[in-house]
Amino acid sequence: MASKIVTLRVNDREEEFLARPGTTLLGALRDTLGLTAAKRGCAQGACGSCNVLVDGKPVPSCLVPVETVDGAAVATLEGVAPTGDLDEVQAAFLEDFATQCGFCTPGMIMTAEALLAENPDPTRAEVVEAISGNVCRCTGYEPIVNAILDAASRRRSA
Amino acid sequence: MSYRLSPIDTQYFAPDHEGDDFTVIGSVVTRSDALGHVTGRTEFFEDVRPSGLLHLKMHRSTRHHARLAGVDSSAALAVPGVVRVLTGADIPNNLYTPLKLINVEPDDEPILAVDKVRYLGEPIVAVVAETEAAALAGAAAVRVDYVDLPPVFDVEEALADGAPIVNEYHGKNYFTYEGHHCRRVRLGDVDAGFAEADHVFEWRYQSSPIEQAPVETTGCTVVPQPDGRLRIHSDTQACFFTLDNTALILESDFNKLRIVGGTVGGGFGGKVDVVVEPVACVAAMVTGRPVKFVYGRHEEMQVSSPRAAERIYIKDGVLADGRIVARQVTAYIDAGAYSRHTPYGTTKAAAHFPGPYTIPNVRIDCHCVYTNRTPSSAMRGFGVTIGDFALESQMDRIARELGMDPLRLRLKNAYRDGDMKAHRKRAEGTALIEVMQKAAELVGHELPDEYRRMSSLEAR
Ligand code: FES
Ligand code: FES
Repeated sequence: MASKIVTLRVNDREEEFLARPGTTLLGALRDTLGLTAAKRGCAQGACGSCNVLVDGKPVPSCLVPVETVDGAAVATLEGVAPTGDLDEVQAAFLEDFATQCGFCTPGMIMTAEALLAENPDPTRAEVVEAISGNVCRCTGYEPIVNAILDAASRRRSA
Repeated sequence: MSYRLSPIDTQYFAPDHEGDDFTVIGSVVTRSDALGHVTGRTEFFEDVRPSGLLHLKMHRSTRHHARLAGVDSSAALAVPGVVRVLTGADIPNNLYTPLKLINVEPDDEPILAVDKVRYLGEPIVAVVAETEAAALAGAAAVRVDYVDLPPVFDVEEALADGAPIVNEYHGKNYFTYEGHHCRRVRLGDVDAGFAEADHVFEWRYQSSPIEQAPVETTGCTVVPQPDGRLRIHSDTQACFFTLDNTALILESDFNKLRIVGGTVGGGFGGKVDVVVEPVACVAAMVTGRPVKFVYGRHEEMQVSSPRAAERIYIKDGVLADGRIVARQVTAYIDAGAYSRHTPYGTTKAAAHFPGPYTIPNVRIDCHCVYTNRTPSSAMRGFGVTIGDFALESQMDRIARELGMDPLRLRLKNAYRDGDMKAHRKRAEGTALIEVMQKAAELVGHELPDEYRRMSSLEAR
C-alpha cells in the first residue's frame, strides 16, 4: 500500500501531510502535526482519552484511519482557547476540580464541547450519557459531570 | 448557578483566620497543574517526541512456569526496521529487587528472564525497532523453547510440603522476616483468651488481585545526551526511587542518569515499580538513540503489578457482652513470582492488624507468599485495605451472631488513648469513639446513654 496525501482543517488551520498506511488520526495529530493534547490511553476505542471532534462530532481518534477523514475539519483541545482565555468548559473544569491527573481531561473537554454545542442545556442524565465513553480513573466522575453542567449554565448566562 | 462537589464554607473558618496568617484551610486553592490539564499543555512523558526515536516491545512468556530451553531471536532481527534485540546478557546487572534501597534481600527478579520464567507475560527478549509496528512484529517473531514446570497459583498450596519452588533465590515459597517464615505480632496469651471466651468465631476472607488501571499506561522515553548522560522521561510515581534502582541495574553512577517526571497520568500505586526504565536505558545506550518503551493496554492489565490477592483467617474469642478477648489473624499475601513491594506490604498488614480495637491477647502471622501469578506490588493502602475489609466484615458477623448492634460492638471494643496496642505502643489521639458517635448521630442511629457517654479520653 502506498502512502497518501491527506488534507485536514485542524483548529481552523489547513494541514497537508503524507500518511503511511495504517496511520490513525491520533497518530497523525500527535506524531505528524505535534498536537499532543489528545492522549493514547488504550488505542482500542475504549477510554475516550483520544477524543477529538471531526466535523463537530466527538470520535475516538485512535480508531480512525486518517485517510478516511481526508478533507474534514478537526478540533482538538489546543484549538479551544488559542489565545489563552479559557472557555466556559475549561474554566469550569479548572474551578470545579474536575481534573486530577489530567490524562482524561483533553478527551473529556472535547466530548463536553460537542455536547454543549448541540444541547446548551443538558440534564445531568444527558451529561452522563455524553461522557459514557470517557474513562476517568481519578475523579469518580461527579466533579466532571458537575463541571459540564456548570459550563452549560455559564455559557447560557454569558 | 455554580456546582461544587464539596462547597467550602469559608465563613466557618473565618475566626481561625483572624489574628494570624493561617489562610489555607477554608480557602479555595487551584491545583498548580490544572491550567496545563484544561488547555492540553501538560507534558506527559509520551508527549516528548525526540527525533530518531526507536520503539521497544517485549517478547513475553507464554507459560506460567517453565525452564527456558532455547531462545532464538534471528527471525526478529530479520524483520525490516528491527535494529537490535536485548536479552538478559545485555543487562549489566540483570538481577534486582526494588526495595534493596532499604536493604530488602535477596535480589530475586531478572530484568529479562534468563534460565526460567515464573509468570505468564514475564519479559524474555526486548526488541528495538524504527517503528512501533516493526517492534511488535519483531517481538512476535522471537522463538522460545520451554520445558514446562508445574505451576502453583494458591497461597496455601504454595506453602504445602512438596509444592514446586517458584523463586529459587528465596529457596522456599515465602519471604523470610529476620529468620521467621512470616511477619509476627504477639501480645498476651491468645489460647488462654479463647478458653475464657463465651464464643469463638473463625471466618476466612479472600480477595482477588486488583489492577490499578491508570488511563495512561506505564512507560518511559530515554534520550541519550551529548555529555553521555541519559535523560529519562517517565510516568513513574517514584522518580528518585526509579533513578537509584536503574543506576544499580545499569551499574552506572547515579549522576549519569537524569529523570524527568512527576507528571503521572494516574498511578494509584501501579507506577512505583521499576520495570520499563532499566531496559529502555540499556536500549538507548547500545543504540545511542532515544528509545520509548510503553505498555499497551493489554500489557498494563496482564503484567503491571496489581494489588496483591490476600487470604485472611480471623479467629476471635468473644465474651457474651461483645468484648473481644483474643484475636488471631493468619494472613497469606500473594506476592506473585517476585518480591517487588509485597514484603513491605505484608509488614504493613501485620502492623495494621488487629484493627483499631483494644484486645488483650493477639497473635498475628502475615505470610508473604510466592506463586506463579503476576508479581503484585503497591496500590492505595496496600497491605491495609484488604485487611480492613476482613476485620470489619468480621466485626459485622460477630454482631450478627450475638444479635448485637454492630456499632455498639465496635464502640465497646474501640481503642482509647493510653490503651496498649498489640505492637507495644500506647494509643494516642484515637478519636475513634467520637467519630462513630458523630456518624451515628448524622445518620439518626440511636445509641443508648452509656454508649453516647463513652470517650476515647477515658482509659478503660
Ligand atoms: S486511546 Fe482512543 S479510545 Fe482509548
Ligand atoms: S483525571 Fe486522571 S483519569 Fe481523569
